[in-house]
Amino acid sequence: MKLKKNIAISETGFIFDPTTGDSFTLNPVGIEILEMIKQSKPFVDISSVFTSKYDVDPSSFERYYYDFVATLKQMQLIEDYE
Amino acid sequence: MNKRNLTVAISGLNNIDSPGPGIPVARGIKESKLFETRIIGLAYENLEPGAYMHELVDKSYKVPYPSDGVDSLMERIRYINNIEKIDVLIPNFDAELYAFMRSADLLKSMGIHTFLPTLKQFEERHKANLPEFGKKYDVKVPFSKPIASIAEIEDLNDDFDFPYVVKGKFYDAHIAYDKEQARMYFHKISAKWGLPIIIQEFVKGTEVNVVALGDGKGNTIGAVPMRKQYITDKGKAWGGITLDDQNMLDLTHKLIGSTHWRGGMELELIKTSKNELYLIEINPRLPAWVYLAVGAGQNLPEALVQLALGQEVQSFNTYDIGKMFIRYSYDMIRNISDFEKLSTLGEL
Repeated sequence: MKLKKNIAISETGFIFDPTTGDSFTLNPVGIEILEMIKQSKPFVDISSVFTSKYDVDPSSFERYYYDFVATLKQMQLIEDYE
Repeated sequence: MNKRNLTVAISGLNNIDSPGPGIPVARGIKESKLFETRIIGLAYENLEPGAYMHELVDKSYKVPYPSDGVDSLMERIRYINNIEKIDVLIPNFDAELYAFMRSADLLKSMGIHTFLPTLKQFEERHKANLPEFGKKYDVKVPFSKPIASIAEIEDLNDDFDFPYVVKGKFYDAHIAYDKEQARMYFHKISAKWGLPIIIQEFVKGTEVNVVALGDGKGNTIGAVPMRKQYITDKGKAWGGITLDDQNMLDLTHKLIGSTHWRGGMELELIKTSKNELYLIEINPRLPAWVYLAVGAGQNLPEALVQLALGQEVQSFNTYDIGKMFIRYSYDMIRNISDFEKLSTLGEL
């Protein structure tokens, strides 16, 4: 899974897709996940970081994570997603 | 660099909620690094705001509608030219283009330069001819059909499913979800813009636009893609943003290259969820949002003036991506004497 190449993400959580002109805002946790996706980190690594850093169990995180990824896909921010 | 003094006449001063392109075109030309320009406004109505915007329009003249006859329009232009010595004239309404294209030689004999599409280019991109245009230039267009009477709506069932789009030959478009709505829009649009009415297949997707300028030899002088971010009840952009979309630029280059488009144009496109581009309209002039292109680094109105003067113009190859415009309304305060001058003397 890869983020679209030309997506701009600011430190404030503002995302701009220059191909569609769409813009979005993310909360700090969302930014953290997106940054890790951007670095092509696999799900197990992201889950490990989040379950140790935040009060969330692995199965709940997995559900939230894939919900989030589905939203990214719906917003056409992801290039290849299976 | 010494700027060349120039007088440019511009129509489309109706800077209202459904704005004409005159004021943004004037703004671009006024910001030219090449020309020191006196702008002459050509107004059809007494309350076209541009006539009162003296910081952009130096002097305005009332002109007769082209529907009153080309001769009376040209007679008025001749009168104005005797006073103002117009170098370049930029008509900005679809409905007046035909009169000015037909009169290009006459205008030239008065010393007035224009840079307009040819009659062939103008005719073949008409909404009523769009399916043939799509076939000829290998561009996806929604299926459409011109109709000249209300009775023909009854016979559209074989060709169209609801919803479909009911469009005027120059302006206006509405989505009809049933025959009753189609009939209502037929009457509404035909009363304003005449016949035919164009029935067009509804393509689901995002509306995107390109403003572009062709040099008449197949070269694209400039092109800027945009998405409307806020659309008024009249379907006009109230806010928009420049896009980084190579497909839109490729399509623009292809169309200008194959048609040898001469002058300004606006492509209205629908981008589907599969990223296919459907051409829904070609407007044969610069659009009212052209100042976004100027703000993004392509002063297309200035380049249009250069082309009209027969100057060599370098193509723009970049523009700022993510540049936005937000339109606003603003109340000018003017004295009744201004209105009096324009409405009685026809000059302001």
